[in-house]
Amino acid sequence: MNERICATIWGGAATAALALLIVLGSRRLDHFDAALIGYTFATLFATFGIAYRYAMWLQRPPTWRYWVRGWQLFLQPRLLGRNLIQLARRLGVMFALNAFIWRRGTLRGAAHWCLMWGCVVAAAITFPLVFGWVHFETVPGDLNAYRAYLFGFPTMAFPIRSWIGFAVFHGLVWASLLVIIGVMLAMKRRMTDHGAAALQQFGEDYLPLIALFAISATGLMLTASYTWMRGYAYDFLAILHAITVILTLLWLPFGKFFHIFQRPAQLGVSFYKDIGARSEQVACRRCGEAFASRMHVEDLIEVERALGYAYELANQPAEHYQWICPRCRRSLLAIAQANLWTGLRGGEPLLLDAALTDAPPATAP
Amino acid sequence: MSVPANHEFFIDPGRCIGCQACVHACSECDTHRGHSMIHLEYIDRGLTTQTTPVVCMHCDSPTCAEVCPADAIKRTADGVVQTARKPRCIACNNCVLACPFGVPKMMSQFELMMKCDMCYDRTSTGKKPMCATVCPSGALYFGTREEIEALRTSAVPTNRFRFGGQVIHTKVNMMVPANRSVEYVDVASALNEAPTGQDIELNILTDRRPAATTT
Repeated sequence: MNERICATIWGGAATAALALLIVLGSRRLDHFDAALIGYTFATLFATFGIAYRYAMWLQRPPTWRYWVRGWQLFLQPRLLGRNLIQLARRLGVMFALNAFIWRRGTLRGAAHWCLMWGCVVAAAITFPLVFGWVHFETVPGDLNAYRAYLFGFPTMAFPIRSWIGFAVFHGLVWASLLVIIGVMLAMKRRMTDHGAAALQQFGEDYLPLIALFAISATGLMLTASYTWMRGYAYDFLAILHAITVILTLLWLPFGKFFHIFQRPAQLGVSFYKDIGARSEQVACRRCGEAFASRMHVEDLIEVERALGYAYELANQPAEHYQWICPRCRRSLLAIAQANLWTGLRGGEPLLLDAALTDAPPATAP
Repeated sequence: MSVPANHEFFIDPGRCIGCQACVHACSECDTHRGHSMIHLEYIDRGLTTQTTPVVCMHCDSPTCAEVCPADAIKRTADGVVQTARKPRCIACNNCVLACPFGVPKMMSQFELMMKCDMCYDRTSTGKKPMCATVCPSGALYFGTREEIEALRTSAVPTNRFRFGGQVIHTKVNMMVPANRSVEYVDVASALNEAPTGQDIELNILTDRRPAATTT
């Protein structure tokens, strides 16, 4: 099947599934807030775009190979228990703490951690509210208490004027503050780091920060308007906030934010590497040193063939250049060049036997 | 910003003296500050003292980028293959194993592949890469084609390399003899060839000194 048609089907299926979940989760739209319809349609569009791009990405030979392999290895019955423990640990260390990003740089780590958690908290609050999966109702007989409903089922009730009420109803404020701190730290790095300055692009690196800042700032303005300014310009601010959010949602599948959906592949790869390290290692067919797992080398040979590369070595014992270790490849480049100069620059091919024999030194003339 | 089209990289491993200046200078580059991306290899320590510097050759069709499952390696419009994009790289090691020149480095602690990016912060503003700036023997040269032709009359640059059935075109050039029509550097053929150099008498450290002359 044509890869675009396949991706379109996946995109359509994901969008339909989300639409169905919205209808079911909001009890046939009973709890759906019609004022948020713009957000809903932007989310449905983003879902289509993300699923489409993900399906296109997954159909690339290397991505498909490691996606399938990652799941095969993760779900092996005899390793499943160990893998689940590792999964929990890695979710904590890699994703919740962003340990590897902090190691790349403190400023980078701090910026990403604030941005990530700000967005996670905001998404966890916004999407269920927009979809009508969560709503609040006054507790009958007690006008000072609210009850939260999840998918229409009653959950906890809490006094409106309590610390928990304050924390819950200002959840997006806390998220906005985290995002703004993250944006400021990221902007500082991008404006002062020479390395970043050489490589960054406006659309890829600045626009996401500007979008997140616009969403957070307009969201905070809404809170400021109804808290301290008696709703001054609230309608205008609400529309402005909606525009920033909707434009970002529409852009979600195309720009840097797509890494949110690609990044979990890191987990699959970590299991691939774990199992590769415990399995048979292959020796370089030139120097004899072990350099990778057989599984990895064989997978790469297949991927390269699927991509149209022809690194096969006809009539050579090594068979394929993939069986040569990276260190030998670096040496071979120099040897190949030196041999082109034989007879012109001096020197001759060194013979192993001659060099290693314990022959007496030549007599000086 | 991009690397000017008339500025090219020319490498000549035969001129390398193994001084390590490139290795140290490389880590001063701002795009990978603190981490040296160049490889300086002894091609066969048992046979010869020859060393070779290996920089990224910046292939026209980079195998590292093609085999990347995360689509993290990008080639900019000026032909420079950049280090893996940090938000995308998942540290799978495919690029490290697939590069026919053996260039990418896996920085496991960062979950990130890093590689020579031709000192993009410098070359994109008209400067030379750090390694070419400090190389005392001309093994690494960065300049115009006219300059290298004037400097090396017996050599011509080529950017075609053969690995078995695969011919790779690169942005970086390698110097080959001018009087031999070299269609490409056949790298894989060197698998069956020994290094070139001068035979070293391995027993030079044994006590074979001439008898001391007495006066």
